[in-house]
Amino acid sequence: MRNSAVHPKYARQTLIALRTIAWKETHRYLRIWLQTLLPPAITMTLYFVIFGNLIGPRIGPMSGHTYIEFIVPGVIMMSVITNAYMNVVSSFFGAKFQRHIEEILVSPTPNYTILVGYLAGGVGRGLLTGLIVTLISMAFTQVPIQHPAITISVAFLTALLFSLGGFINGIFARKFDDIAIVPTFILTPLTYLGGVFYSIELLPGVWRELSLANPILYMVNAFRYGFLGESDIPIQTAYSIIIVFIIISVCFSLYLLRRGVGLRT
Amino acid sequence: MEALSLSKLNKIYAGGVQALRDVDLVVDEGEFFGLLGPNGAGKSTIIGIISSLVRKTCGRVEVFGHPIDREPWQAKSLLGLVPQEFNFNTFETVSQIILNQAGFYGINRRTAHQRAERYLTELGLWSRRNSVSRTLSGGMKRRLMIARALIHHPRLLILDEPTAGVDIEVRRSMWDFLRRINAEGTTIIFSTHYLEEAESLCRNIAIIDQGQIIENTDVRSLLRKLTAQSFLLDIDGCLADVPKLEDFHVVPVDESCLEVEVRSDQSLNELFARLAERNVQVVSMKNKSNRLEELFVRMLERPPEAHRESAQVEKTV
Repeated sequence: MRNSAVHPKYARQTLIALRTIAWKETHRYLRIWLQTLLPPAITMTLYFVIFGNLIGPRIGPMSGHTYIEFIVPGVIMMSVITNAYMNVVSSFFGAKFQRHIEEILVSPTPNYTILVGYLAGGVGRGLLTGLIVTLISMAFTQVPIQHPAITISVAFLTALLFSLGGFINGIFARKFDDIAIVPTFILTPLTYLGGVFYSIELLPGVWRELSLANPILYMVNAFRYGFLGESDIPIQTAYSIIIVFIIISVCFSLYLLRRGVGLRT
Repeated sequence: MEALSLSKLNKIYAGGVQALRDVDLVVDEGEFFGLLGPNGAGKSTIIGIISSLVRKTCGRVEVFGHPIDREPWQAKSLLGLVPQEFNFNTFETVSQIILNQAGFYGINRRTAHQRAERYLTELGLWSRRNSVSRTLSGGMKRRLMIARALIHHPRLLILDEPTAGVDIEVRRSMWDFLRRINAEGTTIIFSTHYLEEAESLCRNIAIIDQGQIIENTDVRSLLRKLTAQSFLLDIDGCLADVPKLEDFHVVPVDESCLEVEVRSDQSLNELFARLAERNVQVVSMKNKSNRLEELFVRMLERPPEAHRESAQVEKTV
């Protein structure tokens, strides 16, 4: 079903459809804030208490900063990644499972509008959670933000990329187990090994090289650069990698929607 | 104008099951059209393809002249769908479901509110507008799906077994509502297993079996094909012996009820005259089964080849 192109005459209607999906998705995570916003706040507070206050002073400085200052950007980024991903995958798969995705599929809403609408929900939740965790971190330490534009843009692009990942996972998922496999076996290990709690400078040669193949490393480091002005990798490389992954994911998502994979019989 | 046109529509599912074979169908604007067939005949596949939930293997689908492949916005905007199974978000309220659906069709919020009030009131759901949808009764859920399908004022409304599992009161109120919107100009395509419903509502009917349209005509012409009808007669008092009526096949159901088969070349007057001669008083009479149902069962008993042959003979004649 070709549903990706729209006549300019219908641009206003498309915009209303986009606003509807985006608001529907936003309203969903706000309505169930006990499941969506509160848990990451509690988990990240525990990270700050345990790794920052209790263990951190014994570890000593990392890349010229106190340990808690070093981990704050990584922990914020971890919450952005997890929440952006989980919001889209659970919402989209839920819509498939309950079949109310058909409400949108039978309507004239173009595929790119469906995609952008769901991404709006994921990016919104990712950034809101990131903001909450940032505010919590301020109770533990005052981390300076050296480059606000980089901090915000990297957070936005990362939330966008992982929302896309959640969308693709949601399209392929056939049962609830399928939406837990990727976060458990891929996302969490890559995040923990992505330099959230340590600098890759600490790793021996071969492990350092292997770490460079982990895309999350670039996002965490670019975000940390925004805060601390320090990064293990060049910031331009980080932007390039994030943007390339976003472009590939957008094209693949639109292809899947156009083919109706997992959606149309 | 043609509200819906299907041409050489084929569907082969993964695994090789051919659900539709060269289906050609035209539904004119303003019709109340019945799509009948046994389970697995292909009705829901046709509806799925029209509403773009099922990908066709080949063929052409046009809604009011707009091909669904090349002009999806125009075609889909003119189409409303009430699916067989509940497919709304059970965590949302009735209002949210309706207003979101309006949004998907690009209808602004103010207009959507006005229409939601209208349809929810007409379908008896206005007082439940703030209820979470999962708390509604089965009949209310059906009506919610109808209200949702109408929110963008479609010119063609497709209902896939909308009255399945609802009580007779709700069913009749739905019939009245559908008749009204049809009279107001909405073309309706209606799939059902209740054949008395189809006979009562639809002017034209297509019967599909094994992925092929085996009959497509108006209800009157279709019923004329019925060669005999069976009636149940309630008799005043008890019958000692079954009356022998020449030319009529009579079977006793119990001591005060007879089943009589009347061929299309016989009249009921003739039957009553014979019964009167034998001092049998008829208290009431009804069809043993729905006429369309009888015809439907007989048609489906014939192999599809026979349907094709008879269709060709009819065309030749």
